[in-house]
Order: sequence, then structure tokens, then C-alpha cells
Amino acid sequence: MSDVTQMNMIQAINSAMDVMMARDPNVVVMGEDVGYFGGVFRATAGLQAKYGKTRAFDTPITEIGIMGVAIGMGAYGLRPVPEIQFADYIYPALDQLVSEAARLRYRSAADFTAPITIRSPYGGGIFGGQTHSQSPEGIFTHVSGMKTVIPSTPYDAKGLLIAAIEDNDPVLFLEPKRIYNGPFHGHYDRPAKTWADHPGAQVPEGHYRVELGKASVVRPGEAVTILCYGTMVHVVANTVEEMGVDAEIVDLRTLVPLDIETIEESVKKTGRCLIVHEATRTSGFGAELSAQVQERCFYHLEAPIERVTGFDTPYPHSLEWAYFPGPVRIGTALKKILKD
Amino acid sequence: MSERDRANLPPLALHVPEPRFRPGDEADFSDIAVPPAGATRRPDTADAASSFHELAYGLVRVLDDGGNAVGPWDPRLDADAKRRMLRSMALTRAFDERMFRAQRQGKTSFYMKSTGEEAVSIGAAMALAGDDMCFPSYRQQGILITRGYPIVTMMNQIYSNKADPLEGRQLPIMYSSKEYGFFSISGNLATQYPQAVGWAMASAAKGDTRISATWCGEGSTAEGDFHSALTFATVYKAPVIFNVVNNQWAISSFSGFAGAEATTFAARAIGYGIAGLRVDGNDALAVYAATEWAAERARTNQGPTLIEHFTYRAEGHSTSDDPTAYRSAGEPNAWPLGDPIRRLKEHLIKLGEWDEERHAAQDLELAELVKREQKEAEKNGILGHGMHQPFESMFEGVFETIPWHLKEQQQQMLDEQKAAGL
Repeated sequence: MSDVTQMNMIQAINSAMDVMMARDPNVVVMGEDVGYFGGVFRATAGLQAKYGKTRAFDTPITEIGIMGVAIGMGAYGLRPVPEIQFADYIYPALDQLVSEAARLRYRSAADFTAPITIRSPYGGGIFGGQTHSQSPEGIFTHVSGMKTVIPSTPYDAKGLLIAAIEDNDPVLFLEPKRIYNGPFHGHYDRPAKTWADHPGAQVPEGHYRVELGKASVVRPGEAVTILCYGTMVHVVANTVEEMGVDAEIVDLRTLVPLDIETIEESVKKTGRCLIVHEATRTSGFGAELSAQVQERCFYHLEAPIERVTGFDTPYPHSLEWAYFPGPVRIGTALKKILKD
Repeated sequence: MSERDRANLPPLALHVPEPRFRPGDEADFSDIAVPPAGATRRPDTADAASSFHELAYGLVRVLDDGGNAVGPWDPRLDADAKRRMLRSMALTRAFDERMFRAQRQGKTSFYMKSTGEEAVSIGAAMALAGDDMCFPSYRQQGILITRGYPIVTMMNQIYSNKADPLEGRQLPIMYSSKEYGFFSISGNLATQYPQAVGWAMASAAKGDTRISATWCGEGSTAEGDFHSALTFATVYKAPVIFNVVNNQWAISSFSGFAGAEATTFAARAIGYGIAGLRVDGNDALAVYAATEWAAERARTNQGPTLIEHFTYRAEGHSTSDDPTAYRSAGEPNAWPLGDPIRRLKEHLIKLGEWDEERHAAQDLELAELVKREQKEAEKNGILGHGMHQPFESMFEGVFETIPWHLKEQQQQMLDEQKAAGL
């Protein structure tokens, strides 16, 4: 076991790429501002200096090109880790991602594969307006042939990213940028916390994996199961603590493939299920979770499944905190589900 | 400009392109400028792309109307190589005829011929090294045929039968063969363009000697993928050859809907600062020479080349359309650049290396060959007649290992099939 260091999520993500680039000469990172500068969030800082310009490089501003080029590199035998600077910018790459990367193994009967990990910061709470705040995970969980991963701590971010890079299928690795520098309690008007005293910020310096497809019970409880991921794990945990509710909080970590066993076990135990995500509500991933829980746990449910989500509006700028599913909206839903 | 000034202008008018000939019209291509064979200069492969812009507006031609190979672009292939080229083109045409008919006989769902465009893929495939990586579009079956991919395997794919290497998952003709340097074909257009660039960039980053080549139709140069690919390629000087097969028609939309009224497709290269060539796509020797030249540039770190192959799609887009419903039936015969097979044949005859009798005998032999291969392929089944792949295989290969939710759906389907007595 290598030495353990305190890292924020950016440092942990950087460390994952560093470890993988050192271990595997076929791992390359690329994207807009990713090379010399090290990324607008500094996730790739130092990698070009260490591994050279042919393994960590800037790209033209074309997400179609970034994804398409990554697929070609994968076909050659490389293991590309492209960055899409903001998840909001990923839409031009949809065809390359959905119709190409995600389908390549199937359509060629594994003659060609796409061992690509697409990293992209997502989510709001940073006054990013509608083009720097979206949570598009539900678009990608709907696509066959790709995996979707969202970490909530530096430790998980590094272990999951390493597992994603080592995976032989395309993985969308969405990084909750609101918690890059510290776990968010949900109160925008209170001082921000850093990762300093969080156990999830103790990160081994070397190689380790957090298996894809495994959720984590971050708080055991009896009264209600709360399914969440990314930033919302911390907002939920803080809200539950403030309200004194004995909730079981399940951090999904991987949305596809989903850890249905952990979910089922928890909901059958508590008999209640609240789903929390920041993404828009209609056809959001919460709808899939709700359907899965209903199909598997119907006779154990003591109250209707509740969803707390972003609204079906574009992400507003000035009204960001009215949009964000914070402690008030989560608290209201919790009271309702516990009363029923 | 004030509102009053604008009031003096004629109203705006929207230009919607219209092809010159529609069904019932007599096709007349006499206005297409066809420079004489041999007239176009051949720059050194080390020359800067900016020094030969006129080549993007001209037409590289080697075979003249008298069957002679002339000028600086003549690749000076020996007679054996030319006969191999002719044979690959004739085999591709025979294969297309056979498979088109198989679709009409209900043996498969779909087929696409490359009639009239055989030189584009076969000339290129012969000029590339056998291990250079091709990212084709859907009408470059000639590459596989030139590289000696088994005809019966192509047919097995077309029939989606039990010997189909793609396990019945892909539309007919969407071949894939890593072993033969042929990337999995997509039905989505121009997606292969940036992928070819990525492959070429990887090859360069690894200090390899292999290059990549990719093909798309003139219609799909309108896709964003095309432009992203050219940007990436010029930025990193990627060792890639871009081929635009300008066969004049994208299903029923003529090349004007991709911008052909305003400029050539080869001229797209100029804005990106990469080498651009416009080539007589019905002249197999010109295609060979252009590809050889572009490959030399790529292999010596001179970067990408865009080649427009000026050709004509002599038949429908696929088995799903009737070209006489949208274009003049006289177009194929009026096409000023002739038929690629006939032109190479006449050249070989002129050289004294071929004759009509041998040609007729070869056509017969190739027709027999594809018939024989077809019989072999049909032993493995034809589409829609019986189960060629087990039901449960549908869920395999989505991921490297089958996740629980697909296993669950797989089981559900098997239970349903069983309950239904299937």
C-alpha cells in the first residue's frame, strides 16, 4: 500500500491520470487547454511536462473531433482519456459517442473496441449559468454500450477513474465540479468547506481501483433510503444530519451499470425511498431509479417513492440557488416521505 | 444603410440549388471542363501545400481517350499490376451484380453497388501498403476485394448468416476487418473522418510507419465531422489521406447541396492549409498515382492530403431507391469520363497486354467465381430464413462482460420465447 496523502478531488483525478500514464504508455490525455496549461480546472496540470506533448496535448475546439480522434486512437491501440471542458459542451460529440464509441464493440463483434474514458466536469452551484452547470447524465445512461460514473469524494474519484481507464469499454466520467475543492453542505450562503477533515480526502498516492458498478452506503440508517450521487451526496448527508433523520444514504458512484443489489437491500430494509439528483426531472435518471425500486421493492414500500431534482428549466444564473435542489427541497421531501 | 436606402434594393431571394437534369431531360455534360490527360503538373511530394493550389481546381488524368497513359502522373505500373487492377475492378463489379440480385431475390435486406466508382477504391488500395489502415464509407468494397479478403466472408456478412464474422449485428455491407486494415463501417456519415485522423495521430505518436486513409461522399463533406477532421489533421500534420468520392449524387440530392455550385471539394483543403488534389476518379491509374503521391507525403511527415475523386454513381444509391425518379436516365451514359473498367481495359489492349477475348473470358470466370462463392455462403444461411445466431447472442458484445441488467433482459427474452414455444 502506497503512502496516503490528503488530496482534493482535482488532485486525486490528476493523480489517477499520472499513475495510469506511468503504468501504461498507451494512455494519452487530450482536450481543450489540457496540455501546457493543464486544464481550466487544473486536472491535467503537470502531465505534459512529465509525459511529453504526444501524450498530453491541447486540441482544437471541436468536441466532434476530440471524440472521433479518441476513437481512432483507441482503434490503433491507445487508451485515450479525452476531456470535454464542461459537460455542457459535450453535445457536438454525441454522434461520435453514442453511435460510434458506444456501438463499436457490438457492431464489429469486438473486432474493434473503444477503450476510452471521457472526463467532464458537470453540475451547478458555481454561478456558471446555463452553459456551465448542466447535469446531462440521463442522456448517456439511456445509451447502450457505455458506462456512466460519478464520484463524490477524492478517494473514489481516483479509484473510479483508474478503473474507468483500465476498462475496455467507453466510460463517461462526470466530475461534480462544485465539490472539486470541498464537500458542499448545500448552504450557498455559509462559508465553503475544504476537503481538509473529510475521510474521503485521504488518498493513496499509488495505484488502486474502486470497482465500477458498486455503490457505497455512506451512512447506514433505518428510516428512509436516499439514493444520490456526486455533489448531492454531501448536500443530502448534511441535510439529514441537520434534521436528525436516521436515513440510509446510498452513493451510487456508477449509474450504468447500476448496483441494484445495494439499492434493493436498502429499500427493502427501510421501506421508503427518496431519490435526489441535480439534473432536470423529466426522464432524468431518477425516473429509472424510481421504476427499478418500484419493480423490485413494491411490497416493501410504506410510502410513495419521492424525487428531488433540478427543475425542467434551463439552469438559471441569478436564480441558481432557487433552482438547486438544496436542503429546503430535500427537507420538504423527507418530511413528506416520513409522514406518509 | 438607412431604411429608405434599403427600400430601393430588390427584395432578397433565397437560392435553392437545382440539378440541371431531371427525369425526362436529356443529360448533357459538355460544359464540364475535362483537361487533357497528362496536362496537370506533378509537384514534388516535399513541396508546400500552398504552392499548388491550382491542383484543387484541375483534374489529374493519366489515361487519354486513345488508351495511352501519359504525363507526369503516370505511375508506370507494369502490365501485371495493371491486369491485377483490372481484375479487382471486374471482380468488384461482378460481386455487386450478384449481391444486388441476391437482395432482389429476397436473400438479404439491403445492398449497395459501386458501379462506375470501382477505380476510386481499387486504385487507392493498390497504392497503399497492405497494412495501412482504411476508414471507408459504405461504397469501398473494392478495398477488401483488392486486399484479398475472402469473397465468401463478404457474402456471409451480407446474409447475416451463421458464418457472418459480425454475428448478424450489422446492416449488409457494413464490413469490419482489423486483420485486413478495414475499419468497421458506420451508417452515420463522415464519422470515420476524425477517427482516421486519430489513428494516424496515434501512428505518428508511436513512431510507426503506417498511415491511414479515409473515404466519404461529396454529400457528407457537409457534416461537422469532415471539418473537425481536417482541422485536427492540419494542426497535427497527421499522416492521413482524405478521399472525397464526388459521385455527383447523395441519394437524390445532387452535389450542389454540398456546395458544388460554388467550388470544388478538393478546394476545401486550401482553407485548412493541406494538400488538395482533384482527380479523374474513373481513371484507375490517376487514382493510383494521386494516392501514391499522398501516401509519400504522409509517410515523410508532410501531413495530410485531400483527394477529390471526380466520378459518377452509375446506379442507385442502394437497393432502396430508384434513381430514375430523381435524375435523368441518360446521365450515366453521358458522363464525360467514361467507365473505369473499359478505360483500363482499352489501355491494356493498346499496350498489347490484353485483348477482348481474354477480357470476355475473365468476365465469365469472375461471374462463375462469385456464383460459386455465393453457393458456399448460402450453405451458411440467408437472412430471414432460420435462426443463424442464438437468441441470447443479441446481448453479447454490448460490453466486454455482460452486466446484470442485460443478463436480466436476456433471461426475460429467453423465458418469453420459451413460453411462446419458439
